[in-house]
Amino acid sequence: MDQVIFYGLALITIVGALATIFSRNAMYSVLALVVTFFAMSGLYLQLKAEFVAVVHIIVYAGAIMVLFLFVVMMLNLNTVSTIIRSNVNIKWIAVLAGIAMAGILGYGAYATTLPARGDNTAENGTVKILGKMLFNEYLLPFELTSVLLIATMVGVIVLTKKEE
Amino acid sequence: MLAVILFVITLGIAAYSTYFERKVAAFMQDRIGPNRAGPLGLLQPIADGVKMIFKEEHRPTGSNRILFILGPSIAMLTALMTSAVIPWSPKYFEIGGQKYALQIADINVGILYIFGVVSLGVYGILIGGWSSNNKYSLLGAVRASSQMISYELAMGLSIIPIILGSESLQLSAIVESQHEIWNVFKYPFGFLIFLICAFAETNRTPFDLPECETELVGGYHTEYTSMKLGFFLFSEYVNMFASSAVISTLFFGGYHFPGMSLLPAGVAVLVGVAVLFAKIVFFIFFFMWIRWTIPRFRYDQLMRLGWQVLMPLAILLVVVYGAIFSFI
Amino acid sequence: MQLTNRSKQVSNKEMTFTERMYLPAIVGGLRVTFSHMLKKGATVQYPEQVREHSVIFRGQHVLKRDAEGRENCTACGLCAVSCPAEAITIVAGERQKGEEHLYREEKYAVEYDINMLRCIFCGLCEEACPKDAIYLTDRIVASNYERSDFIFHKEDLVEKVALEGRIDISKRKKDK
Repeated sequence: MDQVIFYGLALITIVGALATIFSRNAMYSVLALVVTFFAMSGLYLQLKAEFVAVVHIIVYAGAIMVLFLFVVMMLNLNTVSTIIRSNVNIKWIAVLAGIAMAGILGYGAYATTLPARGDNTAENGTVKILGKMLFNEYLLPFELTSVLLIATMVGVIVLTKKEE
Repeated sequence: MLAVILFVITLGIAAYSTYFERKVAAFMQDRIGPNRAGPLGLLQPIADGVKMIFKEEHRPTGSNRILFILGPSIAMLTALMTSAVIPWSPKYFEIGGQKYALQIADINVGILYIFGVVSLGVYGILIGGWSSNNKYSLLGAVRASSQMISYELAMGLSIIPIILGSESLQLSAIVESQHEIWNVFKYPFGFLIFLICAFAETNRTPFDLPECETELVGGYHTEYTSMKLGFFLFSEYVNMFASSAVISTLFFGGYHFPGMSLLPAGVAVLVGVAVLFAKIVFFIFFFMWIRWTIPRFRYDQLMRLGWQVLMPLAILLVVVYGAIFSFI
Repeated sequence: MQLTNRSKQVSNKEMTFTERMYLPAIVGGLRVTFSHMLKKGATVQYPEQVREHSVIFRGQHVLKRDAEGRENCTACGLCAVSCPAEAITIVAGERQKGEEHLYREEKYAVEYDINMLRCIFCGLCEEACPKDAIYLTDRIVASNYERSDFIFHKEDLVEKVALEGRIDISKRKKDK
């Protein structure tokens, strides 16, 4: 049963991701991405990581994608913009970036040893464990991320202030 | 079984909220309200439902068929999902040696689940508003999304003191932590911020800008007819029920009531269910009370209140209570 | 210049902190609305309950008959002359032999039309009538779909011959 659900969710995730890339309508892209996020949080649930699953939905599906939809609606991006298509250089950069991204992800997948399935007890996904992990083992990346976020925030505020 | 009962109760309460709202509005305006369908007009919700179902279905040209139907469906679905995690009784009370708990799902991140579901509620409005192919609908949807995002932050921050105090994200644990004293007395400012945000999240007056009649005809549901419109209107009342339940659970002790430990366990559970119910009904009334008292905000006022008043206050609250909990 | 003693001086001074919080004002508003919940409404359940008219209420006209069932009107035209809205049109005719039981006077109104859209229900026709023929009753002129249906002809105005079909105007008459 678990396997069936896993494959179902995995299928939805992949189909949603493909639909995001290939759909001509920006609105459908965003909605497909929302579906992908849902399937992914379903996968998290299967790993007993309830906190991560719910936060995934709140942050990605509930906030970020709503902002995306907001922007798509405001700009009325119903068809793929012709400006991007006509520029040949951007295409090549995109291809290069794509290859680089695939390389990084592939190396990451190759280099990581996955933990054996079965040590995902209900305890593992709780907030307590997660918090302890974040503030002990992953303290440096965590703090770096927060610094990055603050830098972004300050940058955004400066940009908006300049316009005035 | 429990889920079915709660489902029926939620729908029933939502249906009678529509009747209740009209009655409350009438009484506050020195009128009588619906009194023709059945004794005291009690069959009015049924009459309304039948009317809604038999109205003509209409879909504007150029609208997207699938998304047009998906909009109200999502609105209704997410509205109904919230009440699944509300605990109606202490965890595991015994009747005849059997252990029971009147709660459908006691997820250990229950409170986050509620926020997750609430944040999804906006998709119904967004999709419905966009797929209508109408400027007013689109503007309503855009307003809904920006309003939801703005107030969700302050709402999330306002309950962090509660999570710190009860040391759990589980709703049953949060309710149990209020055994001595209700959270509203411990975190009055948190309650105030949460309450204001709850009004904004359910799109109720004074924050009902997404369906502002004076500017946007009907807002996001301008183009909707028949039961699809009914679903949108109905989901608002279901949301109101869910919000009232969440407020009662987080701040007003859920099923706790003074003198609970004096009663025998079985009776205490029954009275507790009734007490939680009474609290929910009171907050539903409060929602209506506010609606018929305060006029709608202007859009810039809404944004200023959300970002410049509630957000800083909520952050301050987190800092202050964080300091209190770590140093005292 | 002060026209009434109810005028209020409006100022645009800066609000204090408590005023800017709005919460006291909101609580005040809530108190007002809640106090109205306890008040009794002024609603009258119309088809079942009818709100009482004032005794001097002037509604739809009636053309009276005398005790023997003869029409009082003699088509003198005073009502039409007195009417400020010119709503009344009369065509007079001579009473024939054998019609004495129908009309009290030798001259009678063959046609008597009142345009209810023009009528302002002032009651001057009633004042002008020397024969006690026309009265304004407490009945309300019913709404209609056609303009032509608002012109009331003689058959709409004259009361029935049978005693139970007569229209009681004693309330206003007593008042005079």
